[in-house]
Amino acid sequence: MNKRSILSLGAAFLSVYAANSHAAYALNLKTPATEIASQIYDLHMMMIWVCLAIFVVVFGLMFYSILKHRKSAGHVASQFHENHWLEVVWTIIPVIILAGMAYPATKTILAMKDTAASDMSIKVTGSQWKWSYDYLDQDVKFVSTLATSDDQIHNKAEKGENYLLEVDNPMVVPVGKKIKVLLTAADVIHAFWVPEFGIKQDAIPGFVRETWFRVDKPGTYRGQCAELCGKAHGYMPIVVEAMEEDDYNAWIVAKKDAAAAADAGADQEWTKDDLVAAGKGVYEKNCAVCHQVNGAGMPPAFPAMTGSAIATGPLEGHLDIILNGKNIMPAWAAVLNDVDIAAVIAYERNALGNNTGDFIQPSAVKAAR
Amino acid sequence: MSPNTNNYYVPSPSLWPLIASIALFLMAGGFAMQMNDIASGNFVLIAGVLVFFYLLYGWFRDVVKESLSGFYNKQVDVSFRWSMGWFIFSEVMFFAGFFGALFYIRNISLNWISQSTLAWPGYSSWTEFTSTWPTNGPAATQALEAMSPWGLPAINTLILLVSGATLTYAHWGLMKNNRKQLTVGLILTIALGAIFLYLQAHEYAEAAFTMDSGIYGSTFYLLTGFHGLHVTMGTIMLAIVLFRVLKGHFDSHNHFAFEAVAWYWHFVDVVWLFLFIFVYWL
Amino acid sequence: MSTNTATHHDDHGHPTGIMRWVASTNHKDIGTLYLWFSFFMFLFAGALALGIRAELFQPGLQFLEPENFNRLTTLHGLIMIFGAIMPAFVGFANWMIPLMIGASDLAFPRLNNMSFWLMIPAALLLMTSIFVPGGAIAGGWTMYPPLSVQNPSMSVDMSILALHILGVSSIVGSINIITTILNMRAPGMTMMKMPLFVWTWLITAFLLIASMPVLAGALTMLLTDRHFGTSFFDAAGGGDPVLWQHVFWFFGHPEVYIMILPAFGLISTIIPTFARKPLFGYASMVYATAAIALLSFVVWAHHMFTTGMPVAGQLFFMYSTMLISIPTGVKVFNWVATMWRGSMTFETPMLFSIAVVFLFTIGGFSGLVCAILPVDIQVQDTYYVVAHFHYVLFSGAAMSIMGAVYYWLPKWTGFMYDETLGKWHFWLTTIAFNVTFFPMHFTGLAGMPRRVPDYALQFAEFNMISSFGAFALGISQLLFLYIVVKCIKGGTKADAKPWDGAEGLEWTVPSPAPFHTFEVPPTVK
Repeated sequence: MNKRSILSLGAAFLSVYAANSHAAYALNLKTPATEIASQIYDLHMMMIWVCLAIFVVVFGLMFYSILKHRKSAGHVASQFHENHWLEVVWTIIPVIILAGMAYPATKTILAMKDTAASDMSIKVTGSQWKWSYDYLDQDVKFVSTLATSDDQIHNKAEKGENYLLEVDNPMVVPVGKKIKVLLTAADVIHAFWVPEFGIKQDAIPGFVRETWFRVDKPGTYRGQCAELCGKAHGYMPIVVEAMEEDDYNAWIVAKKDAAAAADAGADQEWTKDDLVAAGKGVYEKNCAVCHQVNGAGMPPAFPAMTGSAIATGPLEGHLDIILNGKNIMPAWAAVLNDVDIAAVIAYERNALGNNTGDFIQPSAVKAAR
Repeated sequence: MSPNTNNYYVPSPSLWPLIASIALFLMAGGFAMQMNDIASGNFVLIAGVLVFFYLLYGWFRDVVKESLSGFYNKQVDVSFRWSMGWFIFSEVMFFAGFFGALFYIRNISLNWISQSTLAWPGYSSWTEFTSTWPTNGPAATQALEAMSPWGLPAINTLILLVSGATLTYAHWGLMKNNRKQLTVGLILTIALGAIFLYLQAHEYAEAAFTMDSGIYGSTFYLLTGFHGLHVTMGTIMLAIVLFRVLKGHFDSHNHFAFEAVAWYWHFVDVVWLFLFIFVYWL
Repeated sequence: MSTNTATHHDDHGHPTGIMRWVASTNHKDIGTLYLWFSFFMFLFAGALALGIRAELFQPGLQFLEPENFNRLTTLHGLIMIFGAIMPAFVGFANWMIPLMIGASDLAFPRLNNMSFWLMIPAALLLMTSIFVPGGAIAGGWTMYPPLSVQNPSMSVDMSILALHILGVSSIVGSINIITTILNMRAPGMTMMKMPLFVWTWLITAFLLIASMPVLAGALTMLLTDRHFGTSFFDAAGGGDPVLWQHVFWFFGHPEVYIMILPAFGLISTIIPTFARKPLFGYASMVYATAAIALLSFVVWAHHMFTTGMPVAGQLFFMYSTMLISIPTGVKVFNWVATMWRGSMTFETPMLFSIAVVFLFTIGGFSGLVCAILPVDIQVQDTYYVVAHFHYVLFSGAAMSIMGAVYYWLPKWTGFMYDETLGKWHFWLTTIAFNVTFFPMHFTGLAGMPRRVPDYALQFAEFNMISSFGAFALGISQLLFLYIVVKCIKGGTKADAKPWDGAEGLEWTVPSPAPFHTFEVPPTVK
């Protein structure tokens, strides 16, 4: 049954060999985009061939035996039941085969661990349920959240090509440079995984783990969180765009400009309506996953926004809980900027069934940090 | 009605297993409720504990009766020996898990926390953390005063070691049919066990740290706490053996219950030695 | 109330009614209790899996919100492992070990009953946890902190305590089994004359006694972190979330061998019978089983290859894990050599056994692929791992159980089961199983993570195929239930030894086996 499946899908395999990342019926690892991923790909292929060879020999013998050594064919049972020489041989030969596998695997492991002499470092922080990137040498930092809409997830809109594998702010890196990833987490264990790079590393709260990659050619590479981290574990993808160095430098400049503009926005006076309008986007991207899009929440773990004592009570309390968190409510100070926090406060207090009429300015958020 | 001891003893149907299930269900349910601040949790837990004590009393009473009635032949005695040995092995593995955790924290993971040179969300003060022992972790706000090994713990070590000797003294008495030596030895052992427990309780009350004093407090209290629990169980078992001795049970050749409890007591003593070295001292 | 008036066991006769089952001290009845319990747990956990596969039938969320999906996957794992597979093997141990070694019962028949009845409060705690505020536990059966500490629901505490109770049941049961095997073999049955199933259970019991207390330690630390302010798994207090993984997998890896070694014993019993030839390499099989057991204690961190261990650790655990494939391979070769030049017939037990050898080996190969650390970096926490462990646990453990049920149903019930229906059950199960799980190798390699309720579009086709297979697989097990019930009710009368190639003391007693057997042990030549 299984051998026939493999043969009949063999043609499909060949056609997806030059893997397009959205190929249906993909049978193998994705096309490698780094040297390490390439070594892994080759290791895996080698293992498949070895296992296939052993499989064919052993089960060829077994099925031959089933055909020939059956009572209905008149075969009479022999009574032999041991052979020490044979036991020794079929113990030693597998050991040799394993040693053959262990050698290239060891070399790859040593290469994967070697984070020295990197060209740049990015600190990656996993949190529930998004990734944050901090370019340590550049003072660029931003949050990367799933961009697929809730409507697509709940089958109210047609799913896009990169369904569940698209983000608002991808990580951008230059090709050909050794990039050290410093990984940690803000709450529970997550894992940073980009299959085409051949890297996967757990993001553990309180610890910093290192890994590295060097992308061979420009492109967009998509991965996912690979450690169960709560309900939206399947909804925190990773997107890395690798570009030529000049383009990368231009992107860095653009990011810095955008950050400066956002900071400037924090010093401006905003109207309530503008804040509420901006706040809707912030709320739906960050808060709705627990407090629901309509503000109903999921009590007791996730309180409702509508009629909430905090969202309709004193502004200081509302600001404090967003900045500093409490129990399973995360602290947003590091993730959202002043404008976003002011906006979401305005939204929560003047929409979702609430109507307090009040709000605070981004400068007040800045002062409270 | 002389029992046929040519055959291995198979007991009559018994409800004790079902009662054990009820006891554990009530204890577990009650404990879960109590931890989650459900008011009736304590009642359920206490009810479960009472059923559990009733179970232990009733089941062991049946076993003692069967033993005194001569139902247990040599083969059954061997079964008891094997099973007690394997039970103590399982207890060794239970402690091994905690010692393993202590080893991992002290030798491996603490170093990694202190090597994390980057501040991460909410814990910017961690950059100053250095891996020493004892520690209550990078987020601690209070200094940690560890338990010195050379006060009460050293005395307790002496107490337990002596209690091992008094128990052996009692055993020799039993084997020589000297009931007085047996009784005195047992009473001394029980007294030493009780003193140990009293001193441990005193040490807990006086300690400058609690279970929530970071990883030091966590490992200290769980290791010494479970040990104390086992000493308590051992002391109670010794008291029951003493009670049986006073009732005339056991003879110089036939006293497996005494031996089983003695093995258990020595095991508890050995665990203490490991505790003294790895939790208090080093 | 107290039932024991210290009379000789013969005087109580053969008890009847509900007391027979509640107060049993009979290994056959207790074995039956375990087997039925495990069958119902298997069907229940299987239904949970159908819920999972229904949601994964297509991309998008159709039936379940993500948190409920996580609850299903967690409960499916916990109940299959602790409620279905392990109790089934204990049921076989209960029924067959005394018969195989010529003993009247287990060493401690009352304690044996307690081991069974402790399963009930554990099951009740786990089931009722579904209904408490916050819903059932949802962090995966592996319960990694900080996620499992973060979840405020009482269900996590109930699940932890349920596992504690199951641990007591297993440890006490294993002590019972080891003592029985070491102390109650019939005269003349030396250790190297014991049936291999008895050997595999001896070694499994040792693994249980050594590993379950470590799980108890881990669970206790989790409980104290949740409610008593300890910091075992919290870096802020100096702890480490990875500490849980170390302690848990130190239990967890022997646990998976606990779930497969008895299966090896069952296969080693059935194949010689239907090949009409002795097991090839008995001594090697014993040593290989012991080697697997010992090695199982030094491989645990292969579940943690992505946590960032130092290189020395990574290399050590990769090499030790690869080594385990040697004794496992030796066993597969020995089974094939048993069949070689035999005189085989292919009744249902033999069909299952052959499928086990074939399909378990596929699982073994995917395990070897996972052992190679660089490849594991790609496949860890993906559907490749899900494929791997279902190949070893379903077509390894569960199908061995099914085959062995058919093998011994005549001895238990006194009737032959319906062979035609049995073959139907076999083929439906085997085909549906492969349709369900083989594509998961591909989805994993292609990049689909596990424990997700939803997935990117390129995984859609294989997921749909898996879901079809799963429903077929689930429904086929209802046929199994029907066959078993039908056999109990009647059929062709079974001889004491219905399989002409069978060896062993269990075939010297009538079918169905009398309530008391081997009250006087036979002498074995």
